[in-house]
Amino acid sequence: MYVTGAGVSGHHSAQHRGLNKRSRLSPQAYLATTGRILRQLAGDHRSVAMILVVPSLVIALMYFMFQNAPHRPGTPSPFNNACLIMLGVFPLIIMFLITSITMQRERVSGTLERILTTPLRRLDLLAAYGTAFSIAAAAQASLACVVAFWLLGFETAGNPLLVFAIAIINAVLGVGLGLLCSAFARTEFQAVQFMPVVIVPQLLLCGIIVPRDLLPEWLQWISNAMPASYALEALRQVGANTDLTATAARDIAIVVGFAVVALCLAAATLRRRTP
Amino acid sequence: MMTSSNDELIHGDLTHDDGSAITIEHLTVVRGKRTALQDVSVRIARGTITGLLGPSGCGKSTLMRAIVGTQIVTSGVVTVLGRPAGSADLRRRVGYVTQDPTIYDDLRVIDNVRYFASLYGSDAKSADEAIATVGLTDHRTAMCGNLSGGQRTRASLACALVSNPDLLVLDEPTVGLDPVLRVDLWDQFHQLARRGTTLLVSSHVMDEADHCADLLLMREGRLLAHTTPSKLREDTGCTSLEQAFLAIIRHSTAA
Repeated sequence: MYVTGAGVSGHHSAQHRGLNKRSRLSPQAYLATTGRILRQLAGDHRSVAMILVVPSLVIALMYFMFQNAPHRPGTPSPFNNACLIMLGVFPLIIMFLITSITMQRERVSGTLERILTTPLRRLDLLAAYGTAFSIAAAAQASLACVVAFWLLGFETAGNPLLVFAIAIINAVLGVGLGLLCSAFARTEFQAVQFMPVVIVPQLLLCGIIVPRDLLPEWLQWISNAMPASYALEALRQVGANTDLTATAARDIAIVVGFAVVALCLAAATLRRRTP
Repeated sequence: MMTSSNDELIHGDLTHDDGSAITIEHLTVVRGKRTALQDVSVRIARGTITGLLGPSGCGKSTLMRAIVGTQIVTSGVVTVLGRPAGSADLRRRVGYVTQDPTIYDDLRVIDNVRYFASLYGSDAKSADEAIATVGLTDHRTAMCGNLSGGQRTRASLACALVSNPDLLVLDEPTVGLDPVLRVDLWDQFHQLARRGTTLLVSSHVMDEADHCADLLLMREGRLLAHTTPSKLREDTGCTSLEQAFLAIIRHSTAA
């Protein structure tokens, strides 16, 4: 360390060294960033209301849509099928949108470059985004599950908590994909356009509209490479089986794997030095 | 992060601590097709206030970014506090305030400053002190998005002061501030310098140059002069620094 002659300055530097040692081990920066993102989100009351209420309203809407639709006794009602899909799809879509726009804003406003000049680690930043929006997704999924299971008579053979868990994993996947896509969007307008590019093909090919084994082979291959296919399969398994099946467990692991890969790729797009 | 810690291992013993806050050797930065900085070499002493002056677009911000370590440099060496610029252990010791306030507009002043305090490992008390330093105590619970331009600049400054940095790099911190506030801020800068902080302050108005012990005059990506206000007047025979700077430019274009 240097000595400039001033006593204050020497004390100054010693203090820095002490802090250095402490915060490298502590999760303070990660927790502070999670808190900051949640605080920003909470300040936007209208968004909070929409995140919480909209999925429940759409599920309620579907309940009434299917109210008079005939279905064979002994098979699950069409509402049951649709509700299961919605509980999985909403966290993916909404968290993808929110994350890609928030992160794009952070990149453009210069705050990202600024916080990367601080001791904040890049993985801490991404983990903070993942945590903050997973908490938002958990609040959303809790309300949606309560409405679906208690009020609308939605039922699954498997444990409702598994449905909830898959919804959260889908949210983390949405956050990962959103963080990654934000790197390729120059404007918020472009960030929104990534929704039809990244999310829609996954939903089309994941087996909701056409069962996957009825797709042409080349589309099956593409479907196999997309995380939403596994997320939806896992939900269906939980819906139809009392215990957690091997397929469901494998599918959940695959979705988690996709989410981790997306977060790591996103970390690679965070540059402390830019041209 | 991996690369930066490797950098330290590789360059750690190559850089020697010669007592200057910033040492720049033959720095060239090309941004796109434009050469933003060309062969800039300079040494900045510790505990001083150095003014970085020149017309807008002359490379002041690029030079500052290179010092902070956010700029990819084409060639040359930038050493800050004895370490390669941008080293991981400098992140706690170097504060950087960009020209446009980079704060979260959807958070209150206090939330912004506390957040940066947490990133630097400082406590909530230093957040309150930093807010007091920039004179925003009355606005501490105001949303940053609702503040005036000058207030946002000061909130941004508070976010850098909160770490008690050894080196403070300020890109046009007094733009859009009223004269009273400007004087207040310069008083603060002098106090920080007395406590051992090195300040590098850019400006495109010459009337601030008299606050600085050292002056770096830049034009079109080149360093025209490293001087002091009195020496600049002496050399050019001009009493106004504005005139003196123009004289230097004329001299350099003639040469």
